[in-house]
Amino acid sequence: MNTTETLAIPIPEQLDPPAVTGKVDLDLTTVGDFTVPDPRMKIRDVNVFYGQKQAIYDVNLDIGSNAVVAMIGPSGCGKTTLLRCLNRMNDTIDGCRVEGQVEMDGKNVYGRKMDPVLLRARVGMVFQKPNPFPKSIFDNVAYGPRIHGLVRDRTDLEEVVHTSLERAGLLDEVKDRLDQPGTGLSGGQQQRLCIARAIAVSPEVILMDEPCSALDPIATARIEELIGELRKNFSIAIVTHSMQQAARVSQRTAYFHLGYLVEVGSTKDIFTTPKHQLTEEYITGRFG
Amino acid sequence: MSPLVLIFLLLALSSAAYFFSQRRMLRQTRNANVARLNSLPEHFGTLGAIWAGAPALLVYFVWLIFEGDILMAQVLAMLPDPESMAATRELLIGDIRNAINNPMSYQMASEEVRMAADRYHELSQTATLALTATCLSVFAICSALVLKFLTPRVRARVRVEKIIRGFLLLCSTLAIFTTVGIVLSVLFEASRFFQAVSVTEFLFGLEWSPQMAIREDQVGSSGAFGAVPLFAGTLLISFIAMLVAAPIGLMSAIYLSEYAPAKVRTAVKPMLEILAGVPTVVYGFFAAITVGPALRGFGQSVGLDVASESALAAGFVMGVMIIPFVSSISDDVITAVPQAMRDGSLGMGATNSETMRRVILPAALPGIIGGLLLAISRAIGETMIVVMAAGLSANLTANPLEAVTTVTVQIVTLLVGDQEFDSPKTLAAFALGLALFFITLVLNFIALYVVRKYREQYE
Repeated sequence: MNTTETLAIPIPEQLDPPAVTGKVDLDLTTVGDFTVPDPRMKIRDVNVFYGQKQAIYDVNLDIGSNAVVAMIGPSGCGKTTLLRCLNRMNDTIDGCRVEGQVEMDGKNVYGRKMDPVLLRARVGMVFQKPNPFPKSIFDNVAYGPRIHGLVRDRTDLEEVVHTSLERAGLLDEVKDRLDQPGTGLSGGQQQRLCIARAIAVSPEVILMDEPCSALDPIATARIEELIGELRKNFSIAIVTHSMQQAARVSQRTAYFHLGYLVEVGSTKDIFTTPKHQLTEEYITGRFG
Repeated sequence: MSPLVLIFLLLALSSAAYFFSQRRMLRQTRNANVARLNSLPEHFGTLGAIWAGAPALLVYFVWLIFEGDILMAQVLAMLPDPESMAATRELLIGDIRNAINNPMSYQMASEEVRMAADRYHELSQTATLALTATCLSVFAICSALVLKFLTPRVRARVRVEKIIRGFLLLCSTLAIFTTVGIVLSVLFEASRFFQAVSVTEFLFGLEWSPQMAIREDQVGSSGAFGAVPLFAGTLLISFIAMLVAAPIGLMSAIYLSEYAPAKVRTAVKPMLEILAGVPTVVYGFFAAITVGPALRGFGQSVGLDVASESALAAGFVMGVMIIPFVSSISDDVITAVPQAMRDGSLGMGATNSETMRRVILPAALPGIIGGLLLAISRAIGETMIVVMAAGLSANLTANPLEAVTTVTVQIVTLLVGDQEFDSPKTLAAFALGLALFFITLVLNFIALYVVRKYREQYE
């Protein structure tokens, strides 16, 4: 239905030659309180390396329950790397090494007893580019429940698929064609299908890696609306390049720079009264 | 000057023309606005070389192609009474050619033939001289034309591009023409076979025994040309080969593409490719000397009667031979499945094998099937292993422990040794070749179609 090409509206400040005042000798220790009263996941002193190259330096951050935390920062600052630490997707990358602690309900995600397969069922992920499987819409959503044995029979499965599609705001658009391939949907619908697929296994945390960067503004608005809904039931961490999006969907915002967590705080504070010079420069568009 | 020296001379002259044209163009355009010139000096050089050299080379090659026939016609015309010297014109020409090329034959030949051979030598020497003179003068004329017409206004770049395009087109059509030529020659001989044996007997006959009687009273010459046992044997062996190659090749591709650490992959992949480089005749004696007797011994120990030349041994070794083929194609297809699919599945908490089974293999399946079909056409066309390990007796059987024979093996045995090309026995080889050609052609078409369909999926 949505055939309009993604309108790549460049953010004006990105076109300007960056007047980089991001001085290297600035203090990069985190400004602001990285803890929350009811954390779902805790990141403590995490360092990540790709081979010899260090990508994340001593990051501490809490992911709050039923809240959205946005991770912003210039490209290559380690947002996505940190996000992928949370469900151990970095395990699939050759030469990637994680040091420090990531805790979920008091258990170390990188501990010996942690099974990454079970972890990923509890910490779902939505990717930058919509990646539905080349299967039917139904089978896409039913994928997780099937592999984890969450349903007893077909009726249960249909129930789960319908609920998930409904929560992802997609059911009305696809309920007559659940047997059609998921790859035939529009970009925005595909991304909502991926969200439905992720929530079908009832995860506790959902990680979103720039979920709207490949979508047009209308589809983006729908996803953002959906994130607001999902917050009631899930804890969400979202990486985004759009500061407007971070301001719209999140309660807390973390600003990253060159692998350091520079500043973290309530979204309102970060965007109105940033404390760190780098944060201020980034959100006012002086570099990025 | 011998023709070989002449061609090197022509090539050297053309290179000289290249440098000359290039330098000349540089001189002529010294004061011009370089940005306004439509071609680089190299283009002028290339065009100059082609204009100067190509006509002479063309003359050269046309002459080489027709030299033999023209000279021979001259020689024959000179002979006083060609009809009396040999039974047919062809035989006479054969005699003369032998006398020309072979000193021994020359000694043995008759007076007239020797005379003809001498005459041929003389003519040939004159012709070479004439050729040299012609080529060099053609070159000189063309060079003069280059001097006159190759000015900076010539759009050399466009012309050179056109010439290159034409040359590439020629190369690509050459392969097609060769294929057409092969098909036509096989078709022609096969049609002669089908004049002697009916198509239905060939395609549906159950007995293969291509012994033709040369004399009326000869024994043991039944002359049955039913190809069914051969195709059955071919299918049986190919089936066994695919039974071995498809699972092992696919599994090793899965391991290499999804599980193996980079180190193992870099070590194992080249080794698999070495397997693909082993000559099939070496596989052949591995099958005949090692696998065949081993199977027979094993069969005896469990009370089975295994022929020392069995379809099983040949099929097994052929399967081993095809493993790298299957694994390399499957590996490519599996690697072509986007990483996003893997991430999506792993991110849902699927294990590696679940991801493989439920997402990657279904996505890669059309490509894998296409690869397997290509592998089957290879197995069907394979000859050496079956010649050495599967035997020659045309049994119509589905028992893999017995000796069978295949289409390719029969083609080889029909054509090995001195043959006369007018008996159905020899011509049967072409009919078999034609049938085989069509089968593999159809398989390849299906495979290419399936592979192409797969490609569209991720674009």
